Amino acid sequence: MDATLPILILAIPLGMFFVLGLAGVKMSHRLAGILGCLGMGTTLVLAYTTAFTYFFSGSPEFVDAAGNRLQALIFDQTWLAFTDKLVIRIGFLLDPISAMMLVVITTISFMVHLYSMGYMRDHHGVWERGFQRFYAFLSLFSFSMLGLVVATNIFQMYIFWELVGASSYLLIGFYFIKPSAVSASKKAFIVTRFADLGFLIGILILSFYTGTFNFTELTSAPVEGLAGVFSVSETTAESVRSIFRSSAAPVFLGGSVLTWALVLIFMGGMGKSALLPLHIWLPDAMEGPTPVSALIHAATMVVAGVYLVARLFPLYLMEVTALEIVTWVGAITALYAAIVACTQIDIKRVLAFSTISQIAFMVVSLGVARPEVHEGLGYMASMFHLFTHAMFKALLFLGAGALIHAIGSNDYTAMHGLRKYMPVTHWTFLIGCLAIAGIIPFSGFFSKDEILSSCLGNSTLVYIWMSAVAGLTAFYMFRLYYLIFWWKEHKVHEGHHAPHDQPWTMTLPLVILAAVSCVAGFIPFGNFVTWNGAPYDFMAHFDWSVAAVSLCVALAAIGLATVMYRKENPLPEKFRAAMPALWTWAHHRFYWDELYMFITHRIIFNGICRPIAWFDRHIIDGTMDAFATVTNKASQAIKPLQSGQVQLYVWWYLLGALALGGITMLCLL
Amino acid sequence: MFSNILIWFVVIPLLMLAGLALCRDIKQIRAVAVAGSTALVALSVKLLVDYLALRAAGATAPMLFTDSWVWFAPLHINLAVGVDGISVAMILLSSIIVFAGSFASWTIPQPKAFFLWLILLSTGVFGFFISIDLFTMFMFYEVALIPMYLLIGVWGSGRKEYSAMKLTLMLMGGSAFLMLGLIGIYYHSAPAGQPLTWNILEIVRNGAISHDWQCFLFPMTFVGFGVLGAMFPFHTWSPDGHASAPTAVSMLHAGVLMKLGGYGCFRVAIYLMPQAANELAWIFLILTGISVVYGAFSACVQTDLKYINAYSSVSHCGLVLFAILMLNTTAMTGAIMQMLSHGLMTALFFALIGMIYGRTHTRDITKMGGLMRIMPYLSVCYVIAGMASLGLPGLSGFVAEMTIFVGSFQHADMFHRVFTIVACCSIVITAVYILRVVGKLLFGPVQDPHHLELTDATWWERFSTVTLIVCVAAIGCFPNFFNNLIRFTFSPDIFAVIGMN
Repeated sequence: MDATLPILILAIPLGMFFVLGLAGVKMSHRLAGILGCLGMGTTLVLAYTTAFTYFFSGSPEFVDAAGNRLQALIFDQTWLAFTDKLVIRIGFLLDPISAMMLVVITTISFMVHLYSMGYMRDHHGVWERGFQRFYAFLSLFSFSMLGLVVATNIFQMYIFWELVGASSYLLIGFYFIKPSAVSASKKAFIVTRFADLGFLIGILILSFYTGTFNFTELTSAPVEGLAGVFSVSETTAESVRSIFRSSAAPVFLGGSVLTWALVLIFMGGMGKSALLPLHIWLPDAMEGPTPVSALIHAATMVVAGVYLVARLFPLYLMEVTALEIVTWVGAITALYAAIVACTQIDIKRVLAFSTISQIAFMVVSLGVARPEVHEGLGYMASMFHLFTHAMFKALLFLGAGALIHAIGSNDYTAMHGLRKYMPVTHWTFLIGCLAIAGIIPFSGFFSKDEILSSCLGNSTLVYIWMSAVAGLTAFYMFRLYYLIFWWKEHKVHEGHHAPHDQPWTMTLPLVILAAVSCVAGFIPFGNFVTWNGAPYDFMAHFDWSVAAVSLCVALAAIGLATVMYRKENPLPEKFRAAMPALWTWAHHRFYWDELYMFITHRIIFNGICRPIAWFDRHIIDGTMDAFATVTNKASQAIKPLQSGQVQLYVWWYLLGALALGGITMLCLL
Repeated sequence: MFSNILIWFVVIPLLMLAGLALCRDIKQIRAVAVAGSTALVALSVKLLVDYLALRAAGATAPMLFTDSWVWFAPLHINLAVGVDGISVAMILLSSIIVFAGSFASWTIPQPKAFFLWLILLSTGVFGFFISIDLFTMFMFYEVALIPMYLLIGVWGSGRKEYSAMKLTLMLMGGSAFLMLGLIGIYYHSAPAGQPLTWNILEIVRNGAISHDWQCFLFPMTFVGFGVLGAMFPFHTWSPDGHASAPTAVSMLHAGVLMKLGGYGCFRVAIYLMPQAANELAWIFLILTGISVVYGAFSACVQTDLKYINAYSSVSHCGLVLFAILMLNTTAMTGAIMQMLSHGLMTALFFALIGMIYGRTHTRDITKMGGLMRIMPYLSVCYVIAGMASLGLPGLSGFVAEMTIFVGSFQHADMFHRVFTIVACCSIVITAVYILRVVGKLLFGPVQDPHHLELTDATWWERFSTVTLIVCVAAIGCFPNFFNNLIRFTFSPDIFAVIGMN
């Protein structure tokens, strides 16, 4: 495939960042917004074309004779050569998951660009301050995210991984006058940086033993006769493992070095994907403007961790211990976040915890995926859920943004009964809720059902666990839905405008995403994305009993939510009173933030940094000063000897002469 | 003599000194400073182009443009010059920082004397980088150090006399070790019966320093240069010195002068004493490893902007020495990249701090806040400098650190790899102190209502900062160019020690 389109996909958002970043202040708000949308729109068209070509052209570089999808290196430029073998390249790898991610990122990004044209103005049409900057950062983010998914080697991924982190930092802290936004952005950056340390060490270990950064050398084998075309190969992963097994690679704390490397790399993913215990930054990240939350903290950046594991999946398959860790980190996170989501008041925080929980679903799905279980269904299910989740979660966030824009508050207590005033928002939000709850025929049903089937194939415990979490998901989403749109009637105060639906720039993305959420479930995903590129008919793996159970669980949970929250009633209070400890702990997010505050402030800041700074000033520098002081004192002490009085000198002379004479005599005797 | 391009790097500053002596008012002084520093930048670019052309034409000598003029024959002292890719890069760095520094000192009081000393300092710096004769190298080294005393003592702020004295005495202490080491090298520079020499290339060719003497001379020279490279525990001159120094001096000092230390460490200590370096590196590796983490932790609690940066320099320069001691091609290349990167971004930091201090008259971050609203240009530059410092891809810090980490981790020895992981931890701590400063200083509400009346950057300030930012981004975006420029020297053929492990 010609490299022009792929290069443009990366170059346009980057160029837009520079144009808007450098010349933005000189532009009118509207022009900046339109430029941003045009740029992203063009990228969207190019990305769709590329993905369409990849999936449907049937060209031999994309699909082999047996119908297996291949990996195509569109271009791969040397960027920095550390050694002959360890080279960072910047390139473009087109394969099923990167093509799918191109579609997801550009779609959501374009929707958010469009939506922000309406969102970033107040009701009188006054543009938000720093609007141009906002669009510049959005472009920077889109560039970084696109660069991340098309990475041809793990170091390119790390580079863009850092860049998405920085753009996320800039966008969370967009309202930099607000101290809460500043500390939220700082927290997000530092927590993910800490995770990235693990990622970096993982890369170092992996590259030390294997001598390469390239995905194509770690997980795939070249296809004969075609330059730059590869297919996913277990044999390559096997040989990577044998390097670790055969070399003098030591066993460290019971795990092989490869396991450790993979777990450390996954640690990077845990940071970005907000998995326990590195999840604490994501709820705070909701300080950013809501479209940013939809784009970065729901649909794209936070799934980078899932994408990372998927990218290295053949290697993870080689070390089942690592996959077990992935599974359980995911499972615990999913349950934790679902419980917390049931008790939050801020609607964006409910959605944030819901995101954490749903990402954990994808992670679990990868963790339980095995080639022998439904031909690696879990991998496909994970990617499918990533796709559907991106659509409906972006929809929910944009819907929440519309509510916040209309009401001017993040708390559902300020909303209640809005369905009559904001019908479009109401219906689209309901579709989002149905999709995430897993009600047939909305998209979430299909992806979640496959995840559960896959779990069942691996371990009954995980299956039951995740089914329960799926039930909780339906419950907290409908709790949120009822509390926003039903509960008690909203009274419009005298002199206030009634809340109303939004301008078309905001409505259109909602409607489009709602439509996608309705139909995306019917995409035959198994034909497009599988772990080894071999297509299969997922209906053949469709487990009707699992589907029936999960549907029943979801409906029951929705029923419960309806009883409790449709109308104002004392039931929620009773529930709360029945288990006060659980409620308080969940409401305070199980005190993770407090724990982190304790560790960072009390232990690290006061226990390490301050003593070191004190030590430096008083001990090290004190020693240096002491040299000076001693020299000074010594010279002061011997100064009287140089008094200038000749009599004294004569005395010293005589004493000296006598002493010398005496010593000489003694020696001679 | 003047046909050699290198000698002009000393001649131009000397001409500038003469020109400055004739100046009558500040306009003339500025004209001389700008003209001279522009000429230096142009000359170093020409040097780079010529150097690359020669290498492309197949020149394989370790040093190019070599020349030697007898100065004092009985002691074999020559003015010997020559450069390789590293010196070229260092000369380029120095000229850019002198250029940016001239603009940053646009409104300095007593400009004539100030620029005289500043240019004398840069004469020493350039002379040091072009020399391959140990004696002249040492002489230029001292020429660069002495003006620092006056520049800080006269134009500084805070406890300037104390800081100036401390800085000078500590560096002179280092020089004492160094001088002992250099004289030792001189007396063992040639096999018995042959004439002694100060010339680095000849000393390497002779290879006459015995193993025992190497083990004595290596620590001498390494510590001697290491003091200037802010090696733990000899780094405490740096926070005080930087805090008291005026803007351009901080820029030059952190940006270039500290690099003299790192440069000397590999050019003299390791290059001339390879066996001792190979055996004793681990001792200094521990010290520098401590520097990296210790400096970063100390920076987290400081409230004075310059102290934060000085400790950050301790951490970053610690990484330079750390990587040099890894004794392999990639890590050592990374060390030089880190020198370039650190030089540029610290100069940028100190320039910005000077500009902010010139407006708010405080460097205490607890007394400032919300500067982004008041001086957006300077604030954005500060964020960029911060991002470079914490290693954002696309800016210079990232490529330098990654080259160091990847290179160090390729070391066959487990001890070195474990220490690399320790050093890696600094990337998190760096993020903490950078974001802490950025959050307190630039974001949030305005702390002091008087600050609302302050103005943003003037044109010369913009010029100074843009120059540095462009260079930082150039290294960050096109690292392989610099990588190839540097790496040539660190081949086992030239650097015997690299072949040893």
